[in-house]
Amino acid sequence: MNQPPKPNSFRAGPDEDGRFGIFGGRFVAETLMPLILDLEDEWKKAKSDPSFQAELEKLGAHYIGRPSPLYFAERLTAELGGAKIYFKREELNHTGSHKINNCIGQILLAKRMGKTRIIAETGAGQHGVASATVAARFGLPCVVYMGATDVERQAPNVFRMKLLGAEVKPVTAGNGTLKDAMNEALRDWVTNVDSTYYLIGTAAGPHPYPEMVRDFQSVIGQEAREQILEAEGRLPDLIVAAVGGGSNAIGIFHPFLDDDGVKMVGVEAGGKGLDGDEHCASITAGSPGVLHGNRTYLLQDGDGQIKEGHSISAGLDYPGIGPEHSWLNDVGRVEYVPIMDHEALEAFQTLTRFEGIIPALEPSHALAEVIKRAPKMRKDEIILMNLSGRGDKDIFTVGKILGMGQ
Amino acid sequence: MTARMEQRFADVAAEGRPVLVTYFMGGDPDFDTSLAIMKALPKAGADVIELGVPFSDPMADGPAIQLAGQRALRGGQTLAKTFEIARRFRAEDQRTPIVLMGYYNPIYIYGVERFLDDALDAGVDGLIVVDLPPEMDDELCIPALKKDINFVRLATPTTDDRRLPKVLENTSGFVYYVSMNGITGSALPDPAPIAGAVARIKSHTKLPVCVGFGVKTADHARVIGASADGVVVGTAIVNQIASSLTEEGRATEATVPGVEALVRGLSAGVRAARAAAAE
Repeated sequence: MNQPPKPNSFRAGPDEDGRFGIFGGRFVAETLMPLILDLEDEWKKAKSDPSFQAELEKLGAHYIGRPSPLYFAERLTAELGGAKIYFKREELNHTGSHKINNCIGQILLAKRMGKTRIIAETGAGQHGVASATVAARFGLPCVVYMGATDVERQAPNVFRMKLLGAEVKPVTAGNGTLKDAMNEALRDWVTNVDSTYYLIGTAAGPHPYPEMVRDFQSVIGQEAREQILEAEGRLPDLIVAAVGGGSNAIGIFHPFLDDDGVKMVGVEAGGKGLDGDEHCASITAGSPGVLHGNRTYLLQDGDGQIKEGHSISAGLDYPGIGPEHSWLNDVGRVEYVPIMDHEALEAFQTLTRFEGIIPALEPSHALAEVIKRAPKMRKDEIILMNLSGRGDKDIFTVGKILGMGQ
Repeated sequence: MTARMEQRFADVAAEGRPVLVTYFMGGDPDFDTSLAIMKALPKAGADVIELGVPFSDPMADGPAIQLAGQRALRGGQTLAKTFEIARRFRAEDQRTPIVLMGYYNPIYIYGVERFLDDALDAGVDGLIVVDLPPEMDDELCIPALKKDINFVRLATPTTDDRRLPKVLENTSGFVYYVSMNGITGSALPDPAPIAGAVARIKSHTKLPVCVGFGVKTADHARVIGASADGVVVGTAIVNQIASSLTEEGRATEATVPGVEALVRGLSAGVRAARAAAAE
C-alpha cells in the first residue's frame, strides 16, 4: 500500500465526513443516519458549552477520582535495568478502568438529547460495568449486550452489572464475543432508535463515535503530559498502550501525537500466534474493510467475511480496531505490534509480584511489550504506559490457567 | 433506470396491481437449491427478485435472515457464486429484474469496479446495500449509476421531510420503504401510517415505492399493496425455506415447492390489493 503523505498535524482528524484518511466514515443503515447526525450536532454544541465541560470536570474529580496518578514503577525499572517506567494509573478509576471516562461523557450527552434508555456492548465487561454504573447514577434503564463466551469468562463483571441494575443479554451468535455483542446492540438500536442512546465503548463505530470517544478519553494523555513534565521535566521517549478497539490507547496517544520525539506503540492481541486464525491483530495481520459503521483494518477472509478472532483477554477479542489507529498506522506515526497470550500472562504475574498491582489482561499486553523494550533503552530514557484496567475480573481466568484452582 | 426494471414496473402498473418483490438468500441452503428457488419465483408470481448476498455480520437483519446467511456461508457461498446464480437464472429469464441485496464489505473486498462489471455481466439490474447511506454515495452508488445499475435506497420512519430529498437524490429503480424501525423479520405494523408514509414519499419522487419489513401473508400483501406500488416479502420466504430443511440444514423435496406455494399465495394477495382498495 502507498504510504499517505505526512500531514501537518496528526491531531486534526477526522474531516467533516468523519474520515481519517480512507478510514472511518458512516457506514450505517438509513434508520440510524438521522440519529447519528443529531448526535454529531449535540456533541458539537456540548464541546463548546462551558456548563457541559464544568459538569464533566466535576464528575471527573469527585465521581471517577481524576486525575489518576502517574506512578514511577521503581522496582520493575530496576529489575529490567533500562528505561524508567511510568504507569498512568487508569485502573484506579471508579469501576476499575478507563472506560468510565467515556461513559460519563456520553451519558451527559444522552441526557441532553432526551434519551430515556441506554444500551451498550461489552467484551471484558469493563465497559458494561461502567455503562451500568453511569446509568444507575443518572437513573436510566440499561441493557448490556455481551457475548455468551464472555459472560462465562468474565463472570465477576456480569454480577456487578446485574447488581447495578442493568439487564445483561448474552449473545450466542458467532463465537459469542465482542463483535457479536456489537451486532446485537446495533439491532436493538435500529429497533428502538427513538428512545435509546447507544453508548459505544470504544473509539470505533460510525462518525462521530471515534472522535467523541477519543476526546472523552484524551483526558488520560492530557493529565499524563502535565504529570510527566512535573516529574521529569520532559516528555517521555515512548508511550505504550494495549489496543482492542483502541480507546485507552488513543486517549493516551492523542495529546502527544504532534510531539516529534515521542514514539508510540499500540499492542494488539497476538493470541496463540499470527500464523493461524487465533489472534486479534487487526493491523498486523488484517486488511482494510467495512464493519460496524466504519472502514478500518479487519480480520477477514478473501470474500470479505469477518473472522472470529481469539484473545485470552475478552477486552481485546475483537476483529477490528478504531479507524484513527488504522490511519496512524498507515501514516507511520504509531507502530502496532502483537503480543501473544502467554507473554501477556507472564507480564500479568511480573507486575503483580514486582509492584503489587494486579493488572487486567488487556494492559498486561502493553506491559509485555514494555518488558521487551525497556532493557534495550538507556537508563535516562522514559517509558509511559497506560495501565488501563485492574485485574480483579481476570483472577479466576488466570488462576485456572496457572493451575491455582479456585 | 435499467430498461428491465422500468419495463417491469410499467407492465405491472398497467395490470392495475402492485409489484411483488421477493427476497431470498443466495446459496441457502446450497447453490443448486437456491438456483431452483430463484427459477421458481417468477413462475409463482414474483415480479422482481432480491437476491441476498450473505455476510458474516448482518447488523440490520433478524434471526431468520442471519441463519439463512450462515447456512449459505457454510454451504460455501461466495459473491462469485452469487453472480453465477444470477447468470444462470438470466439465461432462462430475460425479463425479471434482479436486485442484489447485502452489505458493503464483501463488495468492497471484491473491488467496486470489478463487482459492477461482473454484476452487469450476470444480468443484475439493481443493488440494495444496507450500510451505505447517501453520505457514502461515492463508495458504490455513483459508480453504479454511471454503469446504469440501479441503486435502490431504503427510506425508513426516521427519514423525515428534512432528510427525504437527500435519500431520494441518487436513488433509482424504486424506493424501498422500510415500514418500521427495526431489523428484518419483525411483526407487521399498523398499515394506516404506512399509507401516509408512502404518500409522503411519492410527493417527493416519481419512482415507484415498495414497502417491506413485516409482510408475511397474502393478507398483509393485499393490505400494504393497496397503497404501495410494490410489496417486498423476505423473511416469510426465508422462514419457509428453513422450515423445509432437514435437521442438518439440507434441502428436501419440500423446499422448492414450499416456496412456490407461499409466493403463489402472496401473488394472489397483491392481485387482490387494488380490487379490495376500490371496494
